[in-house]
Amino acid sequence: MSKKIGDVILDLQNISLRFGGVKALTDISFDVREHEIRAIIGPNGAGKSSMLNVINGVYQPQEGVIIFRGQERKKMEPHHAATQGIARTFQNIALFKGMSVLDNIMTGRITRMKASFVEHALWLGRARREELEHRKKVEEVIDFLEIQHIRRTPVGRLPYGLQKRVELGRALAAEPSMLLLDEPMAGMNVEEKQDMCRFILDVNDQFGTTIVLIEHDMGVVMDISDRVVVLDYGKKIGDGLPDDVKNNPDVITAYLGVSH
Amino acid sequence: MIYREAGQFKTSYAADQQLFPIRQDRIGVILLLVVAFLIVPAVAGEYWFSAILIPFLIFSLAALGLNILTGYAGQLSLGSAAFMAVGAYAAYNFQLRIEGIPILVSFACAGLTAAGVGILFGLPSLWIKGFYLAVATLAAQFFIVWCLTKFPWFSNYSSSGVISAQKVVILGHEFASPREKYLLVLTLVAVMALAAKNMVRSSTGRAWMAVRDMDVAAEVIGIRLMPTKLLAFAVSSFYCGVAGALYAFCYLGSVEPDGFSLDMSFRILFMIIIGGAGSILGSFLGAAFILLLPIFLDIALPRMAGLLGLPFSNATVSHIQILLFGTLIMFFLIVEPHGLARLWQIGKEKLRLWPFPH
Repeated sequence: MSKKIGDVILDLQNISLRFGGVKALTDISFDVREHEIRAIIGPNGAGKSSMLNVINGVYQPQEGVIIFRGQERKKMEPHHAATQGIARTFQNIALFKGMSVLDNIMTGRITRMKASFVEHALWLGRARREELEHRKKVEEVIDFLEIQHIRRTPVGRLPYGLQKRVELGRALAAEPSMLLLDEPMAGMNVEEKQDMCRFILDVNDQFGTTIVLIEHDMGVVMDISDRVVVLDYGKKIGDGLPDDVKNNPDVITAYLGVSH
Repeated sequence: MIYREAGQFKTSYAADQQLFPIRQDRIGVILLLVVAFLIVPAVAGEYWFSAILIPFLIFSLAALGLNILTGYAGQLSLGSAAFMAVGAYAAYNFQLRIEGIPILVSFACAGLTAAGVGILFGLPSLWIKGFYLAVATLAAQFFIVWCLTKFPWFSNYSSSGVISAQKVVILGHEFASPREKYLLVLTLVAVMALAAKNMVRSSTGRAWMAVRDMDVAAEVIGIRLMPTKLLAFAVSSFYCGVAGALYAFCYLGSVEPDGFSLDMSFRILFMIIIGGAGSILGSFLGAAFILLLPIFLDIALPRMAGLLGLPFSNATVSHIQILLFGTLIMFFLIVEPHGLARLWQIGKEKLRLWPFPH
């Protein structure tokens, strides 16, 4: 493999997450290395989305240690993740329905915009300059994802596949160092999946973005990811290279069941 | 034919992001301003200023304020009239208690006072949403009116809380006639509408809309919910507060707390529902519809009855007026639930292609 995979940037140690009496995650440990594509797979309800929510601070695990870029993470709120360079997309598209594609992607850069509302109201120098500078960056994302033609369209009017692409754009606009993708290919046809795969690989390749990916399509997962972690009922049952995971008896049992 | 963008190419993002990117829109707005500032004052009569234009502009401003909160930031509020009352009473007290304070400064301070009160009553929005929040803002409506009636200090110990607004004097010139007051109100409303437009087209407005459309995603992107929501409450109440001050100083002259009733809050809410939530233009269209249509029907119906020789009494005519008004509200909401502003936008889109269907 030609691309350079770096050191561990995210280390999750013994993470446990409970909602009341329900154990969503139990004692899960794995790490993510810089520039790699790390897939999380598992049957429905295995705790994959909860895992992403732990990584970007939407959920606080009751136990466990999270070390991001060498620093142990204390209590954090979701907006901290954004400032630390972690962006994500959602399983059920979470775009801003009333806004245009352009505005949605511009919103992705909001942590980088510093002008206050007074400057915006008066349209003073910095406010205007920022709008233009960030528009330029946003147009680069729009070009990259090949969605120039729908710039001005309210996202609510777009078909599903394009909405997923716009959501990826909104995440990319933040120029994240780590991108969490929650089922980016769910509900897509083969062609759309191919496009999405290409975009994910390009992001990883061109920008060096580390990608943590949840996906059900095993063909895609085995094809594009560097390492795979497998969850089942909130526990980790496998971790390693795609081929190792594929032949892991526990994983096969979890997916196919076991004969009695 | 007339409304075409063909041939207008944008070569820079600056040109693409200007306030009115389409040339015809720019011309239209300039014409509108010329008419409002130069032609109307020259031709309109006293009745037009004091009974139609001034209240229309003031309610447009209040609707604009509510639209920022409800239409853009998605926080339902039923307290707009109360924030107007805060503005009116604050402006009165600043004039009364601070010697020689310029009127515009006390209008601004009135807005800031209302903004402070707005932030206070916006705090529940951090925990509750939608209808529940609306009920919480209802508390603001009742509490503020009660407060202004209960504590006579606010009205300088006048009977039943009535205040008489001081004279409006700017740089030694007294704005006494309705025409002058109209020009003052128009200027303030135009400036504040422009400021609102600038806010909603920049990242402030995008943060509001993001919170409105999907707050979880907004937070993950890095938008902090608390400051964003409270800012919406503050800015919205500022607009309502200034509208309230103008309501007292340039429209009625004397006001009482009970004048700023829940009924008025509802009227402002209807304005943005009819006009279009999440649209600056919609605030104006909605105010025009809710305020001007009854006046128009008032004048037109008896004449029509007379013309057709129908034996309608005055009472019947006023009943018909209410019926017609209600029917029209329902008609517009069914035809376009997103309001008159959306209707206007669809009209423009059609016009771009006319005479072809697509």
